[in-house]
Amino acid sequence: MSPNFVEIFGNPWLAILVAMSAIIGYLTLNALMLIWLERKLSARIQRRMGPTEVGPYGLLQTVADMGKLISKELLTPEHVQKPLYLAAPVLVFAPVVALCSLFPVSPSWVFHDYNIALVLLLAISGTNVLGIFIAGWGSNNKYAVLGAVRSVAQNIAYEIPLILAVIPVVMTARTLSLYGITEAQSAFPYILVQPLAAIIFLIAATAETNRAPFDIPEAESELVAGFHTEYSGMRFGMFFFAEYSNMVIACGLATVLFLGGWKGPLLPGFVWFFIKVYALIVLMMWFRWTFPRLRFDQLMKFAWVVLVPLAIVNLLVTTIVLKLI
Amino acid sequence: MDRMEVVRADDDRDTYYINMGPQHPSTHGVLRLRLHLDGERIIDAEPIIGYGHRAHEKMAENRDYLQFLPNTSRVDYLSGMIYNLAYCQAIEKALEIEVPERAEYIRIIAGELNRISSHLLWLGTFLLDLGGITPFLYCFDDREKILDILDSVTGSRLTYCYGRFGGVTMDVDETFLENTAAFCTYFHKRLVEYDKLVIGNVIFQERTKGVGIFAPEIAARYAVTGPCLRALGQARDVRKDEPYGIYERFDFAVPTCEKGDCFDRSIVRMEEMRQSLAIIEQALRDIPSGPVMAAKVPKRIRPPEGEYHFGVESARGHFGIYIVSDGSDIPFRMKLRTPSFAHISTMPEVLVGTMLADTVAILGSIDIVIPEIDR
Repeated sequence: MSPNFVEIFGNPWLAILVAMSAIIGYLTLNALMLIWLERKLSARIQRRMGPTEVGPYGLLQTVADMGKLISKELLTPEHVQKPLYLAAPVLVFAPVVALCSLFPVSPSWVFHDYNIALVLLLAISGTNVLGIFIAGWGSNNKYAVLGAVRSVAQNIAYEIPLILAVIPVVMTARTLSLYGITEAQSAFPYILVQPLAAIIFLIAATAETNRAPFDIPEAESELVAGFHTEYSGMRFGMFFFAEYSNMVIACGLATVLFLGGWKGPLLPGFVWFFIKVYALIVLMMWFRWTFPRLRFDQLMKFAWVVLVPLAIVNLLVTTIVLKLI
Repeated sequence: MDRMEVVRADDDRDTYYINMGPQHPSTHGVLRLRLHLDGERIIDAEPIIGYGHRAHEKMAENRDYLQFLPNTSRVDYLSGMIYNLAYCQAIEKALEIEVPERAEYIRIIAGELNRISSHLLWLGTFLLDLGGITPFLYCFDDREKILDILDSVTGSRLTYCYGRFGGVTMDVDETFLENTAAFCTYFHKRLVEYDKLVIGNVIFQERTKGVGIFAPEIAARYAVTGPCLRALGQARDVRKDEPYGIYERFDFAVPTCEKGDCFDRSIVRMEEMRQSLAIIEQALRDIPSGPVMAAKVPKRIRPPEGEYHFGVESARGHFGIYIVSDGSDIPFRMKLRTPSFAHISTMPEVLVGTMLADTVAILGSIDIVIPEIDR
């Protein structure tokens, strides 16, 4: 059993408060840095400079942008369904905060080691699509609704290969606790025994986070801005933050499941954890700036015809092999 | 009867209309498409044009022949050089002016450079429509090199007014020729990279193969020309069929494909850039020295009474100038036949049955230029 965060603080409410504040602070900083990183990385890929003006290496550009977003008037268009329109940005951002608390960042850095953490994580991350759908529906805009509908279909379709790719890992580790799964990878990371599952997971996770080449819910060349067409100011900023925070969740989960979490030589655990997470994030960014976007029906076909059968085959093989050993 | 009832009586309530444009990221300007959709599938499409109408044809009737010259490169701002030179050639044909050899070669080089820059912009924006942002910047980077070369001799980057009746305004210098030759060497390598990055990409092929097929019958009915027609397998190119200028001296192929979908159109345009490079290289090799303006050009341009037509191959297809002269120094009527207008007219038939995402792919692949449609 891991050291418990709640025990350190004594009072559970105090522990929750501290943890949530820390997570929100981290997520804000993370989103700012990731947006900067994405801009720099895309610029390098495209033979440009990227932001250079504000701060050293343009590091403060995203801070300035956030200042602008926050200081903007919160416009509510007249034709929207107000309760839904207002709730959506919160609904998109809130699950992310809860999810972050589940990750075992290092052996001593765990908020609480739930024995069903993986199920909890997948369940909560599933609610992300609710916020997106409400945003699109509440906006009362055809482009937004189209984006929302696409998003729901895509998220449901890709959740299946995602979970099917997770099951073999659970079977090998014989636990649903993220701490336990990391501990089980002491000898070698699971990507070596489950390479196919790792690839399926990464593709499905890219689709789950609505990142290119699977960014069809907000395909700007077709749907203007998709589900967040009607949002501006910090409400739009919330969607933006949620996107980058979701990347951390997806890549964090991939790190725990396939790359051995905090395990690694020499450096302290949490350093290894973050190195792995951000390496995966850079990989996802690389995808985005290299590939064109898939069409909606091709995206669905890819999930159902390629990923799901592959994941099922992988699951069957794993079952048989585990039985034989 | 209640007004709502009328709408509902003959309107299928499961379908809806969507206005793509005039302000939309991928309509390449101020085109408006009224799409009737069933889910994501298009059941009816209607292009609504005229948002950028500047009445070039009417302007021609109110100014003399020389004064209309700057208008020509503003009809299609992406192949302004070709249009500008086409107008000059039309007048030269009417007045029977002999153009000096060197000017003819310069025209070929400038025109083909312009064609490559236009195709590069098409490639970039097409990929942007498909969601690939990086090729867009690569293309603009390369296009910038062409613009710099043309800028060095014409003084402008987009709306060149380089041609004059009887030649070109300015002679090119050695630097221009060297830069052009260097660009050709460089661009051959870049084309290989584009093939790898774009044409070879699986997602790109998924998105474009079998999408937006122009049936030969539709192509014939709407007079589709240029790369869109060549993608159908018909090797029609004004430069070959009715050679103008000195095109018959050059050795180049007319690339064709078979199916006529978005992918074939892309292949044809990529190959055309190679052919243009070949033409430029031949022109650079053979360019003679000498004057760049005809010695005897009348002060007042007055084509004899009659009708004149001149057709060229622009980057998008057949561009025709039809002039009716009444013998005065102002045209009686000038008709500009622009390829994009024919291409956009096919949309109601080509778009039906495709997905919303295909709409942007098809619009991108036929390479429309809105000012050319509206002119």
